[in-house]
Amino acid sequence: MRPYRDLLSRTVTALEPSGIRKYFDLLDSMDDVISLTVGQPDFITPWHIRVAGIESLEDGKTYYTSNSGLLRLRESIARYLHRRFGLTYEPDGEITVTVGGSEAIDAAVRAVCNPGDEVIIPVPCFVCYEPIVRMAGGVPVLLETKAEDDFRLTAEALRAAITDKTKLLILPFPNNPTGATLDEHDLCEIADVLRPTDILVLSDEIYAELTYGRRHVSIASVEGMRERTILASGFSKAYAMTGWRLGYVCAPKEISAQIFKIHQYSIMCAPTTSQYAAIEALEAGDADIEMMRSEYDRRRRYIVDGLESIGLHTFMPGGAFYAWANVGGFGMSCERFCERLLYEAHVAVVPGTAFGACGEGFARISYAYSVSHIDRALKRIGEFIGTL
Amino acid sequence: MQNMKDTKEILGVIEGDARLSAEQIAVMLGKETGDVRAILEKCENDGVILGYHTLVDWDKTDREYVTAFIEVKITPQRDRGFDKIAERIYRYPEVKSLYLMSGGYDLACIIEGRTMKEVAYFVAQKLAPLEDVIATATHFVLRKYKSDGVVFGAVEEDARGNDFI
Repeated sequence: MRPYRDLLSRTVTALEPSGIRKYFDLLDSMDDVISLTVGQPDFITPWHIRVAGIESLEDGKTYYTSNSGLLRLRESIARYLHRRFGLTYEPDGEITVTVGGSEAIDAAVRAVCNPGDEVIIPVPCFVCYEPIVRMAGGVPVLLETKAEDDFRLTAEALRAAITDKTKLLILPFPNNPTGATLDEHDLCEIADVLRPTDILVLSDEIYAELTYGRRHVSIASVEGMRERTILASGFSKAYAMTGWRLGYVCAPKEISAQIFKIHQYSIMCAPTTSQYAAIEALEAGDADIEMMRSEYDRRRRYIVDGLESIGLHTFMPGGAFYAWANVGGFGMSCERFCERLLYEAHVAVVPGTAFGACGEGFARISYAYSVSHIDRALKRIGEFIGTL
Repeated sequence: MQNMKDTKEILGVIEGDARLSAEQIAVMLGKETGDVRAILEKCENDGVILGYHTLVDWDKTDREYVTAFIEVKITPQRDRGFDKIAERIYRYPEVKSLYLMSGGYDLACIIEGRTMKEVAYFVAQKLAPLEDVIATATHFVLRKYKSDGVVFGAVEEDARGNDFI
């Protein structure tokens, strides 16, 4: 047999494995580490939502659902999106329930990309977009967001990145890892750039419920944008339901029909238990969101204040649950900084370059942790910085 | 009104963790430390904040104790209603909590003692003989699962891995 590399998909073998291998190997080999790395809520799924899942099992709801998801769930999603963000989607034909927001992103990209199509991805960003675009045969065009713009995507930068091959803009706000958000004004300016073109938008709104001091606005609600927008979202962050693997993707019928085929042939349907739990989440989970959001909001202020006071300039995030701290002032790469912090102070944070080369000089510090945990970590980070 | 909103916000935070300092609360809520300190002081002076307690799971120590929940039926007094008799009961330091109830009995009395004998003595010698007490029913707590919103038992570990995606 020939070597495996000659037998396997060239597209896939060419992909980089995610993350910073060396760093995470070191992390896994160490004990007594205070970690601020994770990208998921520390809250456990609210009990009433878990009960809805349990009861569905007790009732024997163990079959596939319809491919696009339980109609009741799609109706709940439609009502929720209308209630929270003023969006209107037809449960029948415009909403597909997916295995997490991740499947929603993958199916959406595959549904629109032809080989060679350019996909604009603002960076630093969630690590999955670029490989997903490559696997779909698209060409990622990375567009760096800047500290001086509060890590927002600006209309000028977008306009400059557009070519006649541009097919899709991925719009990941609120942003992981920077915590940046876009307000209505930003979105209108972006919409002005896109409206005269045929460019579609994939708006990843998984953190939509976790914005602080200002309600999230969806680009799909901006005039003339619904027809060209694919909205991907899910239950993981808003309801602390990461392990349930449940998301959804909404788009006009013609786009949804293509997304639906990908979902139908590759997935069949999202987990049934999770779908029943999700109905409960949407219908009776507003107070849970409120509680978690205000908790994250306090931690957000607390961690940014703490990082600033030990000499790490940190962008005040408007959403998600990450602090994007500047660790570039110590004469070493961010990866080296994080390695030494881990090795010498036993605190783990994610090197900014894990989210793209432009993340150099930064570290993503998650505040999906209790205040006392954050406190202990800050103390150690402060002591470490004192030795530099 | 803003002051009441701030007060409620601060109380919400400190109710969850009494050890937080005014500085920490101020940072968390985006307020001035001086303002937070002033509001806390006012709450203490006005009796809005009545104390800062520690929630202890004594079962994890070798301390002997027993908790009882006592239903008390009483005859309300003319003019004074239930208040006077309630006071006669809650003045005892053994009484941890006392509530006036609607329904089948009047007062719910939670008391703590070192032994069942000690609790029995309190009920028989102090509570039941009170002139206005008609009847008592004593229930001993066998196990504390949850108290003041906190689940008692094993400390839950962070089951999340280090995966950052």
